[in-house]
Amino acid sequence: MSLAAPASTGTAAPARPPRRRGGSGRHRAWIPLLFISPWLVGFLVFMAYPVVYTGYLSLTDYDVINDPTFLGLDNYRELVSDEKVMLALRNTFVYTLMSVPAQLVFSLVLALLLQRAGRAAGFFRTAFFLPKMTPPVAVGVLLLMLLNGQSGLLNELLGWFGINGPNWTTDPDWVKPGLVVTSLWTVGSSVIILLAALQQVPDELLDAARVDGASWWRRLWHVVLPIISPTIYFIVVVDTIASLQSFTEAYTAFFGAGNTTYSNDAALFYAIYLFQQAFEFLHMGYASAMAVLLFAIVMVVTAVQVMLSRRYVHYTGGAR
Amino acid sequence: MSTLDRASEAGPTTSVTPERLATEDAVPAEPQRSPRQRGTVARVLVGAALVLMTVAFVYPFVWLVSASLKPRSDVFDNRLIPETLTFDNYVEVWNAAPMAAWLVNTAFVTVMATLTVTISSALVAWGFARYQFRGRNLLFGLVLASMMIPGAATMIPTYLIWNSLGLVGTLTPLWAGNVFGTAFYIFLLRQFFLGLPPELFDAAEIDGAGHWRVFWHIALPLTRPALVVVALFEFQAAWTDLMRGLIYLRDREDFTVPRGLKSMLDQFGFGGEWHWELIVTASVITTLPMVIVFFIGQRQIIQGVASTGTKG
Repeated sequence: MSLAAPASTGTAAPARPPRRRGGSGRHRAWIPLLFISPWLVGFLVFMAYPVVYTGYLSLTDYDVINDPTFLGLDNYRELVSDEKVMLALRNTFVYTLMSVPAQLVFSLVLALLLQRAGRAAGFFRTAFFLPKMTPPVAVGVLLLMLLNGQSGLLNELLGWFGINGPNWTTDPDWVKPGLVVTSLWTVGSSVIILLAALQQVPDELLDAARVDGASWWRRLWHVVLPIISPTIYFIVVVDTIASLQSFTEAYTAFFGAGNTTYSNDAALFYAIYLFQQAFEFLHMGYASAMAVLLFAIVMVVTAVQVMLSRRYVHYTGGAR
Repeated sequence: MSTLDRASEAGPTTSVTPERLATEDAVPAEPQRSPRQRGTVARVLVGAALVLMTVAFVYPFVWLVSASLKPRSDVFDNRLIPETLTFDNYVEVWNAAPMAAWLVNTAFVTVMATLTVTISSALVAWGFARYQFRGRNLLFGLVLASMMIPGAATMIPTYLIWNSLGLVGTLTPLWAGNVFGTAFYIFLLRQFFLGLPPELFDAAEIDGAGHWRVFWHIALPLTRPALVVVALFEFQAAWTDLMRGLIYLRDREDFTVPRGLKSMLDQFGFGGEWHWELIVTASVITTLPMVIVFFIGQRQIIQGVASTGTKG
């Protein structure tokens, strides 16, 4: 598609008045289509078709080798009575309910600290973001080692304060809190987004609140947080969707070929069980039904968050 | 995403001076402890907290590098400085695993993924930003909506497509989907294109430049900062991805570094041969390129995150 005939456009161009937004109107219809064609093809082949086909497969029994056999709603019936699905759902919800608020509060505290860091802010910001670059597999390895119950660094630190740290990697009650602690290490991007929002809070408003005698805490609660609430909302939505699908750290640390020595039920997230069903047991139909359910859950959770946002999120100014 | 737009909204705030004056009046009225003293105490506390947090965020890296320089028996001793310093692990890890092949594979996948997604996303973004055509808003709405769809909803048919093409077991499925662009990058680059003055491109067309020339020789060079951000994001995403490696790669020789690290954990970790010194060393090798990329592209990455609200 190199050099699409410059002469043909040259003749029509001079007559056209200059336009303001979004470019000029009268081109051959296929030219914009040519530009967006990569996405168009990709959307049809790798998005629209797979979503529809997942829906179809969820009604079948399919192992990749033999053709799919139609089952009707059997997969869904099995899904509701599958104890492991229920366990995976519970694990995923519990983890999401713990990790999303914990990450939000932690990253907000860090952003507030950074805001007062003055000239050194750049250095600290770099330090806080660095773990976000770490491959999640390596994060999983670090979890196993640093949070190891007997010889891990975290429990050694807790020991300095006389606290007898739990077995983060083997005690079913402490596996999910351990994953939450680990997730706090990679809040770097939330910190940066929140810091950018904090820097947009107008000084005049804070000064006015200070004059009225509002304490630091009241200024934060009644001025700063309402103003940055769209950003907080954005982070909560994105983090929730990500947590509901979390896979790599937990899979690395607790699943795979070698882990037969201890129970890993506590770390069985929904995405992990889905992956196992599809690619370890080759239950493609059943896994597709699980995928449809996950899709529905993400949609419902997001819809609930949109409804809640109407009450709690303040948009200053007009349309976003 | 909202932060960018809010910057402009916050701009024209009314009447600064009255409040400013009032503040200055209020200062002497503060009782007892002088505000300057309180400010100093607060500053010291903030500084201490920042330093403490920095140690917490950076120490795991230090621990990892330190552990990789210890002999097998000392890996878990949590000493900052290894008691006996050894580079044997870095020699041994090349014998224990095809580390060189993994690095080459990952580099190939990462470069291909980054190049293709940057170019194709820019093409599509330009199509949406520059031209008006029927159905444009509907199609762009689909771009945005497709960001909401969880990966699991497309994972299985996508696998079946690559399987029917006979490409499972090769590196191709790890990057070739990027030829079609990615919704988030299309959105990001379109925003950037919309910020450029269209008169510039109108003038070039009047001078006889074709659509492709306007895009390739005028628009793209102006978009370099945004292209760099897209390329850095994708470089990180492609290098660190585990799930595609688990789904599509079969033979050990074909693994990427994250997939290889997982296989080493399975082989040498719990339930395996307990060679944690090799796992630690492989973790350093997996992570180091990302640390280097971060220090090269730090400014762009952080500005990219701050202005787009992405969760890289």
